[in-house]
Amino acid sequence: MADEADLLERLRQQGISRRSFLKYCAGLASLLALPPAMAPRIAEALERARRPAVIWLSFQECTACTESLTRSFSPTLENLIFNVLSLDYHHTLQAAAGRHAEDARRQSMEANRGKYILVVEGSIPVAEGGVYSTIAGISNLDMLRETAAGAAAIVSVGTCAAYGGLPHARPNPTGAVPVSEILADRTIVNVPGCPPIPVVISGVIAHVLTFGRVPELDDLGRPTVFYGQTIHDRCYRRPFYDRNLFAEQFDDEGARNGWCLYKLGCKGPTTRNACATEKWNQGTSFPIQSGHPCLGCSEPDFWDAGSFYQALTAPPVDVAKWVVPAIGVGVAAGAAAGLANRLRKARAERRRQPLAADDVKGGEG
Amino acid sequence: MNTMEMLAWVRGPGLVLSLSILVIGVGVRLVEMLLLGRKPDLSEPRVAHSGGYGWRTILTRSVLPSSACVRYRRIEFLTGYVFHLGLFLVVFFFVPHILLIEAVTGLSWPGLAAGLVDGVTLITLAALLLAFWFRLTDPVRRFLSRFNDWYALAITFLPVLTGYLAYHRLLGEYNTLLVLHILSVEVLLASLPFTRLMHGFTLWFSRWYTGQMAGRRGVKV
Repeated sequence: MADEADLLERLRQQGISRRSFLKYCAGLASLLALPPAMAPRIAEALERARRPAVIWLSFQECTACTESLTRSFSPTLENLIFNVLSLDYHHTLQAAAGRHAEDARRQSMEANRGKYILVVEGSIPVAEGGVYSTIAGISNLDMLRETAAGAAAIVSVGTCAAYGGLPHARPNPTGAVPVSEILADRTIVNVPGCPPIPVVISGVIAHVLTFGRVPELDDLGRPTVFYGQTIHDRCYRRPFYDRNLFAEQFDDEGARNGWCLYKLGCKGPTTRNACATEKWNQGTSFPIQSGHPCLGCSEPDFWDAGSFYQALTAPPVDVAKWVVPAIGVGVAAGAAAGLANRLRKARAERRRQPLAADDVKGGEG
Repeated sequence: MNTMEMLAWVRGPGLVLSLSILVIGVGVRLVEMLLLGRKPDLSEPRVAHSGGYGWRTILTRSVLPSSACVRYRRIEFLTGYVFHLGLFLVVFFFVPHILLIEAVTGLSWPGLAAGLVDGVTLITLAALLLAFWFRLTDPVRRFLSRFNDWYALAITFLPVLTGYLAYHRLLGEYNTLLVLHILSVEVLLASLPFTRLMHGFTLWFSRWYTGQMAGRRGVKV
């Protein structure tokens, strides 16, 4: 339940100095593409913020989004800030179980109606009336609708909640859909990624607390401050792409020299995320830096967009399967048309009546 | 339909559809044309007849500039060469394009540096704009131009323009520009057999025939 202890006091109790806190706020201002002068305002807003209630619903997911936030290099400020939110309901983290857990959720909804932040992790199965995933006998579909009704802001954390993710991949046996498809009339902040970067999750929450509204979103519902640029544009290997220096295999000279991974299937050019700038494990590295191409995990349907290890320009379908027979169809149709022309010509030839020059003169005369 | 869904469509079903229209259209037109044949020329050849005139014309019209043409239309002639050569380099030597061709056909070859292709693209765009300007300002060519001519020029220009914009992220975000680029290429592929762009396939036959016919009549080729 939310209590009245402010955030700064809680941070102090956990050994975080005001200096560290202000550094975090300055970093956040930079991340949110705000002028440096906004850092004190963020700090002020966060200091004054009473513990906002957060209800975290976990549906069809693998818990990696929660892991990302809570088990990142510890202790991080993101982690601590998250601790000082009043996380009233979270399957993985809460001590209560069964009916008691559901009671906690309902009590929080009642006490904070219109004020709590709803975080959803995982997609929602809707096939067969939503029977594929239930919690305490309640289908994910019903729980989402019920909990969303009184939420001040809804955040879809991870690609599964944002776009359906892995459960939504073909053939999608459970009829998995993203949150936005169930709550079509609500503004939903999508924080995609498999999993998303911790500071992006906490940054979105900090934005809501600082400005009292959700950040500016792109056409896929993502905060433009974090998803405004592609991995490729911010990738430190980009100069190798421009200079035509590519790794062709995972163990060749190009791979050892750290050249561009485009030919190995990197989806960086079409993927919007902050990995190349924020990185993981406290700015240590990100997949491309570790020598693996970007999978495009923060984009819708990344699982069905062709092989992870085929170049981005390679079609995700077997083109030859369709086009080779089409060549046969074209040649056969051309041959048929040619044959028809020849038959017409032969028929005209047969019908032609020989005409001599004298006949023409006679006719004229 | 969001941008990524559009991208998935143009990269998959859109590509299959446009390529199928291309190969069916080219197949029908080429085979029909070749089966149609030509009327036998009953006139007496002016010079000793051989197949050499046709082959020589393919060479002179494709590689070596014909002095007669150069003399009268120097800039126009150069413009034509520049944009054809530019298109060839941009289409077949940009690494992402080679990777697409490799994925579909299994054929691959070394590409040019992206920065170099970028420069060639700019020159190609300028040459295409110049070709458009000549057609627009020259009264004779303007009079002779039909919708098909303007359309062919536009669908050749747009893939180069959208490719350039996508590479530099100009006037829009990358994925939207990429969708427009691939879509414009697919419009080009599907339109090719039914426009004057079919010359990409017929030029060798027509050049051979023109040279052969001219040579037979005693014209210097």
